[in-house]
Amino acid sequence: MSDVPFVLRGRVAAVLGANIDTDVIYPGRYLNITDRDKTAEHLFELAYPEIRQKLRPGDFLVAGPNFGCGSSREQAAAALKYSGCGAVIAASFARIFYRNAINLGLPAIVSASAAGECREGDELEIDLAAGEIRNLSRRITLAAAPLDPRAIELLRAGGLIPYLKAKYAAAPAAG
Amino acid sequence: MSMTLAEKILARASGRSRVAPDEIVVADIDLAMSHENADLVRKAFLEIGVPRVWDPEKIVIIFDHRIPAESEKTAATHKAVREFVQQQGIRHFYDVGRGGICHQVLAENGHVKPGMVVVGTDSHTTTHGAFGAFATGIGATEMAGVWVEGKLWFKVPSTIRIEVEGEFAPWVSAKDLILWIIGRLGAAGADYRAVEFDGPAVRRMSAASRMVLCNLSMEMGAKTAFTPVAEIGPDPEAEYERVLRVNLDYEIPEPQIACPHSVDNVKPLSELGDVPVHQAVLGSCTNGRLEDLEVAARILAGRRVHPHTRLIVIPASQRVYLDAIRLGYVQTLIESGAIINPPGCGPCVGVHQGILAAGEVCISSTNRNFIGRMGSKDSYVYLASPAVVAASAVAGRIVHPEVVMAKEHAHV
Ligand code: SF4
Repeated sequence: MSDVPFVLRGRVAAVLGANIDTDVIYPGRYLNITDRDKTAEHLFELAYPEIRQKLRPGDFLVAGPNFGCGSSREQAAAALKYSGCGAVIAASFARIFYRNAINLGLPAIVSASAAGECREGDELEIDLAAGEIRNLSRRITLAAAPLDPRAIELLRAGGLIPYLKAKYAAAPAAG
Repeated sequence: MSMTLAEKILARASGRSRVAPDEIVVADIDLAMSHENADLVRKAFLEIGVPRVWDPEKIVIIFDHRIPAESEKTAATHKAVREFVQQQGIRHFYDVGRGGICHQVLAENGHVKPGMVVVGTDSHTTTHGAFGAFATGIGATEMAGVWVEGKLWFKVPSTIRIEVEGEFAPWVSAKDLILWIIGRLGAAGADYRAVEFDGPAVRRMSAASRMVLCNLSMEMGAKTAFTPVAEIGPDPEAEYERVLRVNLDYEIPEPQIACPHSVDNVKPLSELGDVPVHQAVLGSCTNGRLEDLEVAARILAGRRVHPHTRLIVIPASQRVYLDAIRLGYVQTLIESGAIINPPGCGPCVGVHQGILAAGEVCISSTNRNFIGRMGSKDSYVYLASPAVVAASAVAGRIVHPEVVMAKEHAHV
């Protein structure tokens, strides 16, 4: 399945620095919101409230290393996804955030050079399986880590919940 | 073949004779812990549509982040989880007043055993490496998958080994050691990796202090962290990505402070300058245990919290609270002017019981000082050991405990 091209196209809504933590992405005071789609209202609320305004459906967020460090709160990935973010591209991700993003069906792409080579407003095309980001505005191609086939499978399903739902609906006695 | 402790545990749990870094394994989960975010897990679980959890005996749910419920919204999520727990026959449930902070409760009730694979919907689940478990944090949706299947995939981490020798200087403790290490390695210095702590100084530490090392390893990105246990250990020839040697005598002669707004912004106390504090917080899954309350009581005995500062103390669990009452620490702390919060997370996660206003400065024994973590986005959190928190509460500014101890009955 992973050899099927999986290409996203969108615009860079913002370029952020290193160590963007999950308290910054989604403040702890809203953790009792457990409806995933309602989390979007508080995305970056304390530190970068303007990002929510800038994000249009399908837009990308680009960042430096260790994006999503800190708390395991899944609302950080949910708030991005339900704000319409099409993918997060970072030099590296903190591991829990990375898993949360893929499990929620939000592509998370590792690219060491993206933060340096992308500006707000740039048009990008991302080939998830090949591990390639084309910056169409600047006519350059950036290297990215190809997504693990397991991650692609989950993204295609729309996340872990629909994936497991389909699996257990097909084989109700399994597990 | 020789394996590190993380490799050994993952090999056992995935039914292999050996695993190596970067391999993907599917491991059986021995223990799955959640706190209030069990409500998120519950919702995802119901969406998947499987009627029963895989093994109710292996699930532990502990309320700690917002106890007692601070809002109607939280009360409703608590209620939903209580009903779910009943319906699924989950016996290991610690409701308001029955437990305390999840990591403390899990440990003190003997849920964690050496060699286990433990997952928790809380990043500081790494704490349980102090008992020889491969313990790591996951998100709520992933936990719903665990509740369904009892298994999870892991990439086998490479391991950083940290060997510690020498003696702690007076008033210097495990918290200072781990802050110093995080300052050295950086907030992403152990991303995706396991950490093994060892060496004579670690082997002399109390269980509570070992928990501090494993707990805060999360703040340098560690997937899991271990301190030595008798039952299981790495093979002598195990291969490490990196070995770090720390000598307490030379490298950490004084308390270390993580300055705003990142945990790796660590400075020795003497380089801090004059930092007046409005609030001091002693508590959390990092430093709210009996030995932490003991050192605070020792410093605060016969002294008063500075008139411009408030001191909030949160015992990590009901059991810690009772022990601290029995040993007289609670009385000493209250007499000094401290307020005692009920056992739980309290202000650590910035939702209730001690929120900071704009412009306020807090010295805290907790584990995160991100922007807005404990209140206003314009507040400032300095992380330190319990001894420095207690001394700073007396002085009204961040000080070395020896400064306070040298003065008799300050501010009486
Ligand atoms: S005390 Fe703080 S860090 Fe620990 S579990 Fe509670 S909120 Fe998280």
